[in-house]
Amino acid sequence: MSDNQKKTKPSRGIPGAGAAAIQSPSGGLSEAAWGVIFVLPYVVVFLAFAVMPVIRGLGLGLDWDSYVRLWNDPIYIRTVWNTAILVGVGVNLKLLLALFLSGFLLMPFRWVKLLALVFILPWAVPQVPSILSIRWMLNADWGMVNHILETWFGIWPAPAWLNDPTLAMGAVVMVHVWKWVPFWTLIMMAGRLAIPTSLYEAADVDGATTWQKFRYVTFPQIRNLYITSTLLSAIWTLGDFNSVFLLTGGGPVDRTHILATLGVRYGFNLGDLHMGVASVLTAMPVVLPCVFILVRRLNAAVKAN
Amino acid sequence: MFKTITSTLDANLRLRIFGYIRHALLLVIGLIVFVWSFLPIYHMIMMSLTPIDAPFGGRIWPDDPTLENYRIALTQDDFFLRHFWIQLANSVFIAIATAILTLFVAITSSFAIARMKIRFGQTITNLSLASYLIPMAFLAIPFFTVMSDYNMLNRPWALIFAMTTFASPYAIWVFRQHAENLPKELDEAAKVDGATPFQILRRVYIPLMGPAMVAIGIFAMLLAWNEYLYAFLLLSSENKVTLTVALGFFLGQDNSPWSLLMATAVIYSLPPVVLYYNFRRYMVGGLTAGGVKD
Repeated sequence: MSDNQKKTKPSRGIPGAGAAAIQSPSGGLSEAAWGVIFVLPYVVVFLAFAVMPVIRGLGLGLDWDSYVRLWNDPIYIRTVWNTAILVGVGVNLKLLLALFLSGFLLMPFRWVKLLALVFILPWAVPQVPSILSIRWMLNADWGMVNHILETWFGIWPAPAWLNDPTLAMGAVVMVHVWKWVPFWTLIMMAGRLAIPTSLYEAADVDGATTWQKFRYVTFPQIRNLYITSTLLSAIWTLGDFNSVFLLTGGGPVDRTHILATLGVRYGFNLGDLHMGVASVLTAMPVVLPCVFILVRRLNAAVKAN
Repeated sequence: MFKTITSTLDANLRLRIFGYIRHALLLVIGLIVFVWSFLPIYHMIMMSLTPIDAPFGGRIWPDDPTLENYRIALTQDDFFLRHFWIQLANSVFIAIATAILTLFVAITSSFAIARMKIRFGQTITNLSLASYLIPMAFLAIPFFTVMSDYNMLNRPWALIFAMTTFASPYAIWVFRQHAENLPKELDEAAKVDGATPFQILRRVYIPLMGPAMVAIGIFAMLLAWNEYLYAFLLLSSENKVTLTVALGFFLGQDNSPWSLLMATAVIYSLPPVVLYYNFRRYMVGGLTAGGVKD
């Protein structure tokens, strides 16, 4: 104790007028001053690299003319639909699969445990190499998928996956699902594992079927997690630049863009920063309410624990 | 009596047959899951073993599998890979620097927010969480112009700061939850002993946060290692870009040697795969953990 006191006794505060406020009675920096010092590095990073870009973005986005041009650009309208499809289909398909597979992968067989290790590969392998691999697999002439369809199943001519806008958009959704199902499945598995086993024992005593156990025990217990996951996944899917950019590049002829890739196309390929920011800002009426609800939900969940 | 025995036998048999059918069905689902998950990765590995000049044709296995592509990559023996090692070094440096910087800003601020209970702590947490939830890709253009103003374009620090900005909200969130669970008495005892907040941070807080810091460090490292969009926007010269961007270069050319790309891709994917498999427990659920009831 005396050792520590010796350390703090010599005044390390800033001497002179005004120092009293930031000096503690013992002479060191006050508690409040330390708090400011500790939080400062993050606040500086946040202001310089999050707040500044947001302000700049709003500045670039306050250009009425670019919204008129967006509205008159058929590629933009198409992009809005594509984005709605990726989010609407991609998110729900992904989470339903995750809900189902989380139950499947928790079954007590050894081969299931081994399968679970392979199952998380898409999530563990970085997006760039795996999507480029899929892009090559789906090549209409030289890809492995069409080779299999033609030689094993006699489907001729096999579909030109990435050259047809509809099929290409379907491929984008599938690549997105492929990449992210493992992540959400792991989350759902954690949710299922946290359910007290006594609830299932009680259900067994009552003679509940597998479906009834899911319907009346599992789902009510993880419903909140499922809703939070859906919201989180929806906004992250809006920003899934890689699935589109690396698989189709927005093509053929700009028919498979989503808002995130269209913004980059306007901004950097066409050099129109205003249009780029404007196209992304049109997603804000969806993004901001989701963010607001999520911040509240995540905080509430922490407090409840 | 005989009748009851046969009927129980029947019931057992029926139960067993039902069990077999159920298991067979599960195996079929398992097979589909296996092929679906593994095929693109298998394809990557298979392509990486295919000679560059082998005829195309979506084969299941190359006629003459070879490790030549790996040799070419590791000796930079091709136009596309002439900066392989420097790009790999860039990836490593940026990943490690991002991890260190993220840990620094998140540990100090989470201590101030969760342990010292500074004013506006909740506001800072909420704002940072909101910034984390907004998709990164949406901020790409203004981020680029701001970095240009700061004169940081084409410097590794541009990407390091970008990735730190996107990694630290999650880090703060996770640290804060850990910190709230540490007994308050630890800080109070240290305070009675006359420890300054800095000493409490260094001697009490950081040692107790060890495991969480390892997990978050790896999370930040992988976020930076895997990043594509910001890397190619912020870095441009061939000897400044990360390996991720270099892989994307193959896309630009029609005559790209794809089997070489895939060999590089396998090398590039190995570190994250190893880390994900060892730390997968800590990589998910930091955000939703609150929703999982204990």
